[in-house]
Amino acid sequence: MLSIEASKATAPRVALRSLDTLWFQVAGTVCNLACTHCFVSSSPSNRTHEFLSLEAILPYLEEAVTLGVKELYFTGGEPFLNPEMETILERALRVGPTTVLTNGLLLDPERCRRLSRLAEKTDYSLDFRVSMDGFSPETNDPIRGEGTFERILRGVSNLVEAGLNPVITVTEVYEDNGSASGKERFFELLRDLGVAKPRLKVLPVFQIGAEAERSGAYEAWQRLRDSDTLDEGWSHLQCSSCRMVTDQGVWVCPILVNEPRGKMGQALADTLEPFALEHPACWTCHVYGVSCKT
Amino acid sequence: MSAAENGKLTTHRGMATWGERLVPLEKFRQATASLGRRLSDAERRAEQRDFLRRESDATPVEGPYSRVVVFGGVYNNHLALEAVLDAAHKHGAEAVYCLGDLGGFGPSPEKAWPVLLEGEVRTLQGNYEASLAAGREDCNCGYTDPRDNHFATLSYHYTSEHCSSDFKRWMGDLPLRRRIRIGQRELLLVHGSPRQINEFLFHSTSPVSFLEVLLNQESCDGLLCTHTGLHWHRRLPSGRDVVNVGVIGRPANDGQPGVWYAMLEARDGDLGVELLPLEYDHVSLAREMLQRGLPQEFIDTIRHGWWTTCLEILPARERAKSRY
Repeated sequence: MLSIEASKATAPRVALRSLDTLWFQVAGTVCNLACTHCFVSSSPSNRTHEFLSLEAILPYLEEAVTLGVKELYFTGGEPFLNPEMETILERALRVGPTTVLTNGLLLDPERCRRLSRLAEKTDYSLDFRVSMDGFSPETNDPIRGEGTFERILRGVSNLVEAGLNPVITVTEVYEDNGSASGKERFFELLRDLGVAKPRLKVLPVFQIGAEAERSGAYEAWQRLRDSDTLDEGWSHLQCSSCRMVTDQGVWVCPILVNEPRGKMGQALADTLEPFALEHPACWTCHVYGVSCKT
Repeated sequence: MSAAENGKLTTHRGMATWGERLVPLEKFRQATASLGRRLSDAERRAEQRDFLRRESDATPVEGPYSRVVVFGGVYNNHLALEAVLDAAHKHGAEAVYCLGDLGGFGPSPEKAWPVLLEGEVRTLQGNYEASLAAGREDCNCGYTDPRDNHFATLSYHYTSEHCSSDFKRWMGDLPLRRRIRIGQRELLLVHGSPRQINEFLFHSTSPVSFLEVLLNQESCDGLLCTHTGLHWHRRLPSGRDVVNVGVIGRPANDGQPGVWYAMLEARDGDLGVELLPLEYDHVSLAREMLQRGLPQEFIDTIRHGWWTTCLEILPARERAKSRY
């Protein structure tokens, strides 16, 4: 693999035009699953990033308000492993619309009812994204773990029963997942489950973390150069409008949290300067037009 | 759990993932501790100030008015357009503003133009006008759902084929923003948001602090926008107003065939904001859509008031209220 340093000279720099999306690595890299395609290699024992406490989050929310943040996202790891998660959501929803990215395994009926009550009493949208990687146990479980397909569907059902309608997030671990017919199969699966208004988001894979072990790391040519800049600049990249908070400070985006060079500062105000797109994962965002937000 | 997974869990014990490598946890934490900036409080305040600063807007201010009518999203619906101009006349509005998106969805793109001109409607350019004037292949919505993409493309091609090149040229010359004065208040008028023609400002995803910052940056006392198809009004803690005026071309996904527009007026030094329902001859419009061979899904929306396509843009809250 080519070193970050080697691509530094030619890497374009992306300015932060506004802080629209603030992410929180609320569960760190701790997860109750160990998916083979996880770009941050989350697992029950990965402590690269630890849980974020409510106390740690509050100053960032306050700073985000000053900076005019538009939406908040919580991810991990599995956010609902964080014992303070529901209190954190309640506080976040006082600031703005909030989305949680979850694997769905901890969404029991009681929790879903509590979340639904929370969604009803706030002014802003509370949204959930549940990850799934195949429309059958045969395709999903080798990636996410044995028996997970059924458990994910149960979590989705519990949400829907409580009146919440999650976005199913699918990665292109199988090429077909993102095709028109692939999407239709996910929509069908959800309709069969009783989801009247199925919602779907497809993401490419990032060849870092566990995924690099599964399918191979980036090649040396997969780097961005200044000449790749589009006429409209880099505004299609999420790093032009987002930052990511972990227990160790503020990173540029949700993808690069396991890359120390992705760290930009301690407070949000430290991270308002441009970021150099040195990392091969930046190439994926550009080429596939990825945005982690919904 | 498979053997491979077990293996990975073991390898992570006491280790951190650094890109593709596993390194001792302390090594990762030491590296991150020294990376990135750590500014002083004063430097942080200066950074925030610089970051939020915007160039001043030289758009001339129109008015002052005591009462105006503002609407968005004509969507090829000439009947609703005529109806809203009648309503504006009855209200005694001194000026009528349209915030863009003339095309899409409805049956008669070419009929709206003369009505806009005769009615002296001060029109902004929406993303639809920008796309048509630039000769783009599609409306650039980029839906995930292939069904949504199908209907969006169909609607865009239909509109493009039924607009003359003169009309498209006129669209390309429309301004992107206007400023008006109503009483003491200076309001900014845009299509999507002040910073992006196709940014969605929905009620449930436009938080108060975000809007306050936006209005500070634009040095205005209020903001009027459209683009989402759903009307709302939020009075901010600063006393300023943000109004999504909604659209007149298509019902507001509320099970009613009527559409919505806004009336703004000066009231004892304050701004009066009213979002008003508008009845129009939707039965004739549906008939015309049928004659023109437009999809039944669009006609159903006109008749029953529920959106049937392109629902993907709706945030969770708005989608929950939606029938489809």
